[in-house]
Amino acid sequence: MAIKKKSVSVKAPNLLVNKTYKIFINGAFPRSESGRYTALRSADGLLIANVCLSSRKDFRNAVAAARAAQESWQDRTAYNRSQIVYRIAEMLQQREALFIAEMTAMGYSEAQAGREFSASVDLLVHLSGWCDKYVQVYSAVNPVASSHFNFSVPEPMGVVAAMAPIGTALLGIIEASLPAICGGNTSVVLASEKVPLCAVTFAEVLATSDVPAGVVNILTGSRAELQSHFASHMDVNALLAWDVDHPSQVDICRKATDNVKRLCFYKSGDKSLQPIDILMGLQEIKTTWHPIESIKGSGSGY
Amino acid sequence: MLPGLISKPIDQTGVEERCARFTTRSIKNQTKVEGLKMALNMIDLTTLEGKDTPGKVKQMCYKAMHLHDVYPGLPAVAAVCVFPSMVAIAKEALKGSAVKVASVATAFPSGQSTLELKIADTRYAVESGADEIDMVISRGRYHSGEYEYVYDEIVAIKEACGKARLKVILETGEMGTLDDVTRASRIAIAAGADFIKTSTGKIKPAATMPVTLVMLEVIRDHYFATGKMVGMKPAGGISNSKLALHYLIMVKETLGEAWLNNTWFRFGASSLANDILKQLVKQQSGAYQSGNYFAID
Amino acid sequence: MSNKSTKAGWELSPAPESSDHISLKKRYELFIGGKFVQPATKQYFDTTNPATEQKISEIALAGERDVDKAVKAARTAYDQEWSKLPHGERSKYIYRIARLIQERARELAVIESMDGGKPIRESRDIDVPLAAAHFFYHAGWADKLGYAFPMKRVSAIGVVGQIIPWNFPLLMAAWKIAPALAAGNTVVLKPAETTSLTALKLAELIQDAGLPDGVVNIITGAGDTGKHLVSHPDVNKIAFTGSTEVGKLIQRSTAGTGKKLTLELGGKAANIIFEDAAIDQAVEGIINGIYFNQGHVCCAGSRLFVQESVSSEVERRLKHRMESLVLGDPLDKNTDIGAINSKAQLDTINKYIKIGKEEGLSMYQTDCPVPSKGYWCRPTLFTDVAQSSVISREEIFGPVLAIQTFRTVDEVIDKANNTPYGLSAGVWTDKGSKIFNLTTRLKAGVVWANTYNRFDPASPFGGFKESGYGREGGIHGLQAYLKLS
Repeated sequence: MAIKKKSVSVKAPNLLVNKTYKIFINGAFPRSESGRYTALRSADGLLIANVCLSSRKDFRNAVAAARAAQESWQDRTAYNRSQIVYRIAEMLQQREALFIAEMTAMGYSEAQAGREFSASVDLLVHLSGWCDKYVQVYSAVNPVASSHFNFSVPEPMGVVAAMAPIGTALLGIIEASLPAICGGNTSVVLASEKVPLCAVTFAEVLATSDVPAGVVNILTGSRAELQSHFASHMDVNALLAWDVDHPSQVDICRKATDNVKRLCFYKSGDKSLQPIDILMGLQEIKTTWHPIESIKGSGSGY
Repeated sequence: MLPGLISKPIDQTGVEERCARFTTRSIKNQTKVEGLKMALNMIDLTTLEGKDTPGKVKQMCYKAMHLHDVYPGLPAVAAVCVFPSMVAIAKEALKGSAVKVASVATAFPSGQSTLELKIADTRYAVESGADEIDMVISRGRYHSGEYEYVYDEIVAIKEACGKARLKVILETGEMGTLDDVTRASRIAIAAGADFIKTSTGKIKPAATMPVTLVMLEVIRDHYFATGKMVGMKPAGGISNSKLALHYLIMVKETLGEAWLNNTWFRFGASSLANDILKQLVKQQSGAYQSGNYFAID
Repeated sequence: MSNKSTKAGWELSPAPESSDHISLKKRYELFIGGKFVQPATKQYFDTTNPATEQKISEIALAGERDVDKAVKAARTAYDQEWSKLPHGERSKYIYRIARLIQERARELAVIESMDGGKPIRESRDIDVPLAAAHFFYHAGWADKLGYAFPMKRVSAIGVVGQIIPWNFPLLMAAWKIAPALAAGNTVVLKPAETTSLTALKLAELIQDAGLPDGVVNIITGAGDTGKHLVSHPDVNKIAFTGSTEVGKLIQRSTAGTGKKLTLELGGKAANIIFEDAAIDQAVEGIINGIYFNQGHVCCAGSRLFVQESVSSEVERRLKHRMESLVLGDPLDKNTDIGAINSKAQLDTINKYIKIGKEEGLSMYQTDCPVPSKGYWCRPTLFTDVAQSSVISREEIFGPVLAIQTFRTVDEVIDKANNTPYGLSAGVWTDKGSKIFNLTTRLKAGVVWANTYNRFDPASPFGGFKESGYGREGGIHGLQAYLKLS
């Protein structure tokens, strides 16, 4: 990171070691296979970082990693997923100064950055609690008119591709990835193009939080380049996207039909949208029937 | 290992659904008349009471041969079923007819006695002229897991039967589950039963369609495996014509028409005969019938 | 002991359900704004009995102007009446419809069998009672929606366009209309063109129920009518049940319109029999899975997976059981297999049977007699099928079963999930822990364990993957017809 805080003395004897911002695929931090980047500069023109411009092949690799990780992630106990998400909150809390520095470098005021950071930690803690509760809240035992036990439970859709909110550097990447994985999905997220740095640093948080490789994959780059691949990839089960303009939405919807992809579009700042809504938007409902021996009077016919 | 010991699970709800579907078969006109006559000819007319007397047995035997003489061309019932002490009387009363004499034996209905006494009971009935023996299995032994004892006992009784055909009563009302009905059926067939039979008539529930269906399926499996036929006798609880026809549909669709005669299928019943007669006369005359016009021996 | 050799014995006499009490008009109009009105197109199309190929009646063809009229009627009814009605009153209207269906059950069943070819046993015992049950179940939700979505404000969506298939004409109409009304929406429903009659009978009954004019509108026609409905700008939501192909077209055409969409599409369900299953009940489940409604069922258990150790045992019992299936007159109470719904569908099925034969698979059909007129397909199965066979990959929508064998649990799960579809699945084993392993890992919206093809209004129905999205029925089905905020 080449964040130059004003308080840092130019006369410092040691040259700062800058961080290369890379993408996060399958638990590793590769550069984009394309070798392309975009320079992120501060208002006064100083280079903050060269951000990877992920390619469709990076996306393909990320989806492959997410698919490979999905079943075993879904098979983890809810308690375990909950603890891992709480661990993410712990790891994030540790890095407060780092994230605030990144946000301010990207144009946040200190106060804004502080608020978003706190909200981010709170969201993680909140979601951690949902991991082992949403199934209870949203399941049902259905009183069918025959001698059967019948119940419906939410189940993850599988691999979720997401395009994070545009305006929030840290909160956005969490909203776009965590509700999905709390519910047993795996995730490929494209970070905000405008404020991408925190997403990469958040990947470092994930990498140190017992999140298995491939469960969350984070790309940086251009929506315009990637969105049609997000929409058309046949092994992506659901697409989650914030702040999509109307023409793009039409384009995504059309391209998403080939595998009947589930689509969730949200707008930044929608106060009615709760984290659990995002989580449940990425769940299927599965209903199971089984006969019950000896329930009398139910009758076999209808 | 006894074949009955290999796990063959049954799903009760599925069995009940299948049975419900038999009952949706609509049996009309010619099919109905043929079915009713067939059912009449499959009845084991039964009296098994402490107060049975020679008089009662003789009257029943007369009825067995003369079901309703005003209706021409009616078949007789298949057999009468009595206690061993009444076999000789029944045999004499039925002389010259095709109606067989069946006798319960083996400490009927509980089966709680020694093998020696059961064998003696069986021999006595056979020597008195019984064509068929309806034995009970030792349910107490069965429920304590002594399947081999149950098996050996049937083998011994079968031997004591000589030429008489052996019907093995499982007393399904005491079996508890359809899985047990299946297991007991497999043990009985393996031990040489000529027929398997649901009930003594002394325990409720007696015959039901689900119980009968799983027994028929064991018979079918045995036929698939060996090519040998075994008979089936649901007993008790089948008192009206419609239900009897449902049973026949069940036999037809589960085993095939080869079983639709009294060599391979029987109803153990006493009041069924008159209900069938009423239905037959109704089919003929178009008028619903009253019990006053049908004799009640 | 095959039943075949003894066919001459105790045979079932014909037992036709009487159709004397049925009154059908020569011509059916569109049901718009509470009245039956002539179509602006001035065109009508025939509806025929697939068992006799005879014309039963003719049905109005709704064009763009008619669709617009219906949507306007629904909008007016929504704005002026239905959205303002106290929820308890809404509930009472829906209960009325349920009761009227029950009262006219026999008539509806007979018409359903005449128009669609399904056996009267099924229309009488399943379709019609379940249709009534759907109205009954959803009626009670109308004034309790808040309880279903804690912490949310619920409101109706507005005008709902619904397009339903020909396999369960009245039942699908009930699946669609009942929750839509309970949630407070008004409806424009388009039945399939080969089976419009019971939906129009339902319209009569809705009139009798005194439902405010325009709350339910029923427009008839084929694909073009459906297209007009889907593309109408004043429709707020589309609910579609039908083929995956058409479902994708709808998803494409509603892109960016803001219309809510739920799709219940095709399937190619795996029905899995383990060696420790209750075999006879499993066989019955296979029969119900694939031969129910001539296999015209999106959740049909068309791919049968049998553990190799019991495959011959299962196959023998299955063939034996198939012999007792009665094919013929849908109105005969003893008929198990009715007529194929249309000539076009019969051609499709025959095409797949031909492909199966060309793939070198061994085919078995029962030898039941087939009537000379009408569209028929004997119960059919293919054995030695591979996962790569066309007949085990594509939806046939007919009484054609593809049987594959498997050895291990993991293998069968992989194969079962190896399809773009994910509507339903069946599992047969006596071992509880195995059931839960499978029901958890099978990617399907409905999993029947030790049973198959059971339906209930309280039980959510709908698919994973290309079988569509959204649920119908149960508490989870309500969301499709509500806005939550």
